[in-house]
Amino acid sequence: MNTSPKISLTRRYRFAASHRLHSLKLSAEENARMYGKCNNPLGHGHNYIVEVTLTGPVDPVTGMIANLGDLDLFVEREVVEAFDYKYLNEEVPEFQAIVPTTENVCREIYRRLERFPLARLERVRIEETSKNSFEYAGENATGN
Amino acid sequence: MIRITRKVEFSAAHFYHNPDLSAEENKRVFGKCNNPHGHGHNYVLEVTIAGEPDPATGMVLDLKELKDILQREVVDRMDHRHLNYEVPELAGQIPTCENIATVIWKLLQPRIRRGKLDRVRLYESPDLFADCTAGSANGAGARP
Repeated sequence: MNTSPKISLTRRYRFAASHRLHSLKLSAEENARMYGKCNNPLGHGHNYIVEVTLTGPVDPVTGMIANLGDLDLFVEREVVEAFDYKYLNEEVPEFQAIVPTTENVCREIYRRLERFPLARLERVRIEETSKNSFEYAGENATGN
Repeated sequence: MIRITRKVEFSAAHFYHNPDLSAEENKRVFGKCNNPHGHGHNYVLEVTIAGEPDPATGMVLDLKELKDILQREVVDRMDHRHLNYEVPELAGQIPTCENIATVIWKLLQPRIRRGKLDRVRLYESPDLFADCTAGSANGAGARP
């Protein structure tokens, strides 16, 4: 039997930023033990790749879940401009109180993109390096 | 349950144009994709089949059989073709990544005789892909 599939669209974006993993709730020794070289007080950086996945009905007029031009503008404004070539700990206000681990960066980007008005945000996935990736699909997602 | 995935590539031309919209609206909605001369992509298609391995063969579905299905249903139809004019299944639709992936899903689903079609992922470029998965077409999630 032919059933209609669920459809999603994923677009990848990039930003480069520096950060330092350091928790104000831990002592200097505990920070060093917990975060290792990521605790370097001078910081370090990554080329982050952000995958943004949208779902929703395909508009019969455009054949699209959402116009990519609109999505690009929104992600550019909400995420890339705010994060690219920045020191996350000091230049993104949310990370003054929480550690900019990529788990937290993922959740913050999801929070910002959830406001995209033209389709439903399904998931944000971040590659911090080619070996590490993180995904967040909201608190209500199955399996979270 | 095991999922197996086979990848194929095809290259095709397309452009976006809705005859119900004015020339100006087409330009505004579709931007450079509206160029009537068309443009092209190297599409990468990943097809995932889910199921239990047959105890006799150890396979969910013989990948050779899947390869032949993909060749016949997708590559022979779409490779080195103009998607607006030469693929009848796309007639009357804008050949966006979302719509092409949905057409591929519908072409493949009746051909898969072992296991179940689990996901069709179509990359238009490394930074843009659409996923079709079993579920309702409005993005409300998998069927119970």
